[in-house]
Amino acid sequence: MTTETAAMTGAHETSKPVTIVEVRNIGKSYGAVNALSGISTTVNAGQVTCVLGDNGAGKSTFIKMLAGAHTPSEGELLLDGNPVTFSSPRAALQAGIATVYQDLAVVPLMPVWRNFFLGSEITKGWGPLKRLDVKAMKRITQTELGNMGIDLRDVDQPIGTLSGGERQCVAIARAVYFGARVLILDEPTAALGVKQSGVVLKYIARSRDQGLGVVFITHNPHHAYPVGDRFLLLNRGTSLGNFEKSEISLGELTSLMAGGAELASLAHELERSMGPESDIAAEVGREASKN
Amino acid sequence: MTTTDIVTIATRPRLERRPIRKILSRPEVGAFVAALAVLLFFSLYTPQFLSMAGAGVWLESASTFGIMAVAVALLMIGGEFDLSAGVMTGFSALIVGILTTHYGLSIWVAVFISLVTCLGVGALNGFLVMKTGLPSFIVTLGTFFALAGIDLAVTKIITGQVAIQGMTNVPGYDSIQPLFGSSLAVGGGNFYISVLWWFMVTAVATWILLRTRAGNWIFAVGGAQTASRQIGVPVFKTKIGLFMGTAGAAWLVGMISLFRTSTVQANTGVGQEFIYIICAVVGGCLMTGGFGSAIGAALGALIYGMVFQGITFAQWDTNWLRTVLGAMLLAAVLLNNFVRTRAGGGR
Repeated sequence: MTTETAAMTGAHETSKPVTIVEVRNIGKSYGAVNALSGISTTVNAGQVTCVLGDNGAGKSTFIKMLAGAHTPSEGELLLDGNPVTFSSPRAALQAGIATVYQDLAVVPLMPVWRNFFLGSEITKGWGPLKRLDVKAMKRITQTELGNMGIDLRDVDQPIGTLSGGERQCVAIARAVYFGARVLILDEPTAALGVKQSGVVLKYIARSRDQGLGVVFITHNPHHAYPVGDRFLLLNRGTSLGNFEKSEISLGELTSLMAGGAELASLAHELERSMGPESDIAAEVGREASKN
Repeated sequence: MTTTDIVTIATRPRLERRPIRKILSRPEVGAFVAALAVLLFFSLYTPQFLSMAGAGVWLESASTFGIMAVAVALLMIGGEFDLSAGVMTGFSALIVGILTTHYGLSIWVAVFISLVTCLGVGALNGFLVMKTGLPSFIVTLGTFFALAGIDLAVTKIITGQVAIQGMTNVPGYDSIQPLFGSSLAVGGGNFYISVLWWFMVTAVATWILLRTRAGNWIFAVGGAQTASRQIGVPVFKTKIGLFMGTAGAAWLVGMISLFRTSTVQANTGVGQEFIYIICAVVGGCLMTGGFGSAIGAALGALIYGMVFQGITFAQWDTNWLRTVLGAMLLAAVLLNNFVRTRAGGGR
């Protein structure tokens, strides 16, 4: 992984990052239930902001507020320094914030190029002869995917025949082509194997190098750390911290994610119930004291 | 993982798809092969099948089913069913029949009113399906029975009979009849204009499906509705349009049968809705939506027409027709299923 890490982080040393989106003490409550509160972070052009947290930590509530699907009940959302509220995902999209959801919003049985342009098809001619510009769409799809490093011989194949990683990349390429400035990726590596995850991480790095601000949601610190510039850690609806890469190591990140203190108490618990000589308890104890 | 690994994966060449395999993955291939086989079989079995006279008969038989099958295929690609499509062919003709013979309305106006009413019922079907979230199978089963009842009851209340009579005496009948019911004699065969309508509907539907934005949306809403909505496809509009499409086709078929026979029974079209679906499925449409072709559905109807008339020409008991259709449907579904598992792999 070492050579890869160097390649991923080395290419984009900039003097002063431009902030596209900033969130200040943002929060969301449903009636009396506080889903999320006091979250602050920034998304800079050409940088990756990773949002880490376990299931139920509030990751999806957070991205839904960024993507315009939920309006925050407290705090501020700033776009290019100006406070904004997005009334719908479409409004967020128009402001250049595109979200690639876990299900990718692709239609498996449709050809790659039709999926790429779905909802924003290019047409030529007019009146009853207004028709799809198939040639142009195929060419653009091929080029755009080529820019992402995917070489498809045949953009006519159903997108369902591509691998999970490739499909993820088509969805990313599509968002980039249609003018995204900020790309929100909802757990893009969650359902993928090790190799496919590597491919997706590479495309995240590539989108970042094209100057996009990337929000990378994941629960895997080993995926986040190589590509991330900033790490927002969520736990049970609150922020555990918003770190620059220089402020935190992979070990600390992992430990925070796993909840170091909780792990220690779990080890204690296991020791009591299973006896001190239990392998599992010893293992958890070692893990807890490691960082 | 090393850099080399990642580069290898990303630049790995795809398996070259042989052209033959590409052709075989088209939805209408199965129907095309089957149509050829049926044609060949009956041509060898009965001499008059491949004559001009014979062709005129089975093309006519296929044409009205073809028009409906194509519209139903579009709807099925869009992920919905319309069980009211069959009874609507009778409904549209009855409207014209009653308005002209009983209320003395101008025949052109009556035909227009019939069209608007059918499109309205189609839009209602779509609206109910989209607003209630119920399966279209149930919603249109409801409109099917409602319309079937209306057809019988209203016809009987107004005319006192269960069929329309005296259409030929309606003023202006001759001005509109050629449009829907005329025929042309070529080399001993009688070719109805409905065959031309069938070809036109198939051509237009194919154009819409493959070369317009609407076609893209039809495949999308049938293949993955949530995803389509997320990406900005007007799902509601597309589906309403599709239901109005089958209703419009039903109106056309209603006019064709009315002006060809100059009469219409109150139970016309009942029971034919499943034949349309069978034709569409034999033509390569997936029951689950998102895949299919208009040409395939037209071929499915052609097969139906050839089998139907072939059995008659061969002087077999025509009751076997349904058995043949059932067997064909099963074979087609198995073939389609195979195609889908291959195309949707990795899902």
